[in-house]
Amino acid sequence: MFDLDRWREIFQSINKNRLRSVMSGFTVAFAILLFTLLFGIVSGLSNSFKGAFADDAQNAMFVRVWKTSKPYKGLQTGRTVQLKNKDYDYITEEYGNKIQYKSSRIYKNFTIKYKNEASNYSVMAVNPDHQYLEKTIIDEGRYLNERDLKEKSKVIVIGRLLKKDLFGERPALRKRVNVNGSSYLVIGIFSDEGGDNEERKAFIPLTTAQMMYGNNDYISQIALGYNPNLSLDAAVAFGNQMERDLRKKMDIHPDDQSALSVRNMAEANKGVGQFMGVLYAIVILIGSGTLVAGIIGISNIMIFVIKERTKEFGIRKALGAKPVSIVGMVVQESVLITTLAGYLGLTLGTYILSLIGNSLEEDYFIKDPSVSPGIVIGATIVLILSGLIAAYVPAKKAANIKPIEALRAD
Amino acid sequence: MIKIEGLHKSYPIGKDSLHVLKGIDLHIKEGEFVSIMGSSGSGKSTLLNIVGLLDVHDEGTYHLNGQLIKNMNEKKAAILRNKFLGFIFQSFNLISYKTAVENVALPLYYKGMARKERLQIALDYLEKVGLKDWANHLPNELSGGQKQRVAIARALVTKPKVVLADEPTGALDSTTTDSVMDLLKDINDEGMTVFVITHEEEVAEQTKRVVRLKDGLIISDEITAVGKAKAV
Repeated sequence: MFDLDRWREIFQSINKNRLRSVMSGFTVAFAILLFTLLFGIVSGLSNSFKGAFADDAQNAMFVRVWKTSKPYKGLQTGRTVQLKNKDYDYITEEYGNKIQYKSSRIYKNFTIKYKNEASNYSVMAVNPDHQYLEKTIIDEGRYLNERDLKEKSKVIVIGRLLKKDLFGERPALRKRVNVNGSSYLVIGIFSDEGGDNEERKAFIPLTTAQMMYGNNDYISQIALGYNPNLSLDAAVAFGNQMERDLRKKMDIHPDDQSALSVRNMAEANKGVGQFMGVLYAIVILIGSGTLVAGIIGISNIMIFVIKERTKEFGIRKALGAKPVSIVGMVVQESVLITTLAGYLGLTLGTYILSLIGNSLEEDYFIKDPSVSPGIVIGATIVLILSGLIAAYVPAKKAANIKPIEALRAD
Repeated sequence: MIKIEGLHKSYPIGKDSLHVLKGIDLHIKEGEFVSIMGSSGSGKSTLLNIVGLLDVHDEGTYHLNGQLIKNMNEKKAAILRNKFLGFIFQSFNLISYKTAVENVALPLYYKGMARKERLQIALDYLEKVGLKDWANHLPNELSGGQKQRVAIARALVTKPKVVLADEPTGALDSTTTDSVMDLLKDINDEGMTVFVITHEEEVAEQTKRVVRLKDGLIISDEITAVGKAKAV
């Protein structure tokens, strides 16, 4: 159905009536531009929220202990709660099927020294699974493994910036560093999306730390990754269940948040999901409103344009144009203008979003704003349809005016 | 060619209606050169619009080329207009954003003719009206007489059976009026039926038959001196 002559007529009409074409195009382009920017900015906000938790795995849970704040079973307030290996074993046995990753943590602060460079760093003693819980990215070498733990090896995985502090541009892998007076072998260098502080850390095997520093079975924190097959609700329930169990087992008041608590990413994810859902609903409402305003705009212009061209249609009809050919011509012209203008608005919007990029991340929490292909296609279809309707209704009316009345119009 | 019997036409004006044509009987044979005379309000334009299928009549019968015109929808009317009729208007009615040759070629576009072919034919017709050199000018670059000649070329380009001219010289001075009338005479000499509406005696005198209209009725219908001369 490609009628070259029809297109020639349309291009001539557009070309000879540039102001009119530009006006109607502008309305649509502007509406789509706003629509794109709006959606892009919300997607940017959404990216920021997701990114805020990028430091840790999406399914991470942390068992934290401190001091009791409530007396319980004759025990006093202010008692320090200590997690031990047996608590870790209890959790991993009791909830094994609900857990994907598991690791204990011991926090230490040590001076790490290489040749003449030395500084104080946060060192974490962990299990191999910790790599996934903390989303540690290995740039060189390897992470800790089970053998390191079994043999209580004195090996260390250091952050990218820690390596830079001590080694500069020199290679660090297989070099020995002095950690709190003992010599450790650097087996890996990592980076982390959580920020600079995360990259000034170091990891050593949990067992090594327990042997070297205190010779006990104390642990500071237990980090878990719940089974990703669990729904958010089930994951939240799992966290609450574990919290109750542990408090009971360790003689802590059931409501004592201070003594023992489980920080569960599932709860945060659920909140963020709900928040983003509401935000998207608002944006869809406003975005659709903008589109509708654009459509009404072009309908108005089309009504005016067609009124203006009534005489021309009368002439064409006197010369033998069938009503359908006049309606077709006007509709095709309108669809062409709306589609081109819409595409222009969309391209401009996407371009502006790409210019914004990550520059607004710091101040406005907008990270990498963009529009998804689905929305682009949806908006395009809406555009073509609206161009069609906006032109069809008045054109049909104009084409049915008796030619003699149309010829009299001015 | 055109056979009208007992034709009535009224226009509603508010609650009342204006009875414009009150029973017209008119037969025009192929190859005639007829002018309709009458003062404004006599119904002559209405008659032409009905003959030209631009308007519909209320009562009576109208046969165009032997075909009864009745319950005509816009699509059928458009096809008949394109096939049988050529229009020349007082105000030219050229499409302002199309060049002379494109205006002339437009009826052929609606006939479904290929672009190259119809532009060539349009050019031939422009040559016929002496405007070949002006083919690529827009209407607003042409004088009134030139515009009307473009309109005449456009009316002729489909080789219609009948050319309908509504006050074709109404907007022209006397010199250009003569050149336009000469063209119409040439067309008629080639055998085309020409139907002119005018209120100028000088114009009517140059046609072969004059029909006078008053208050929606034919008051006289006579062969002119020119018509008699030709007949002899």
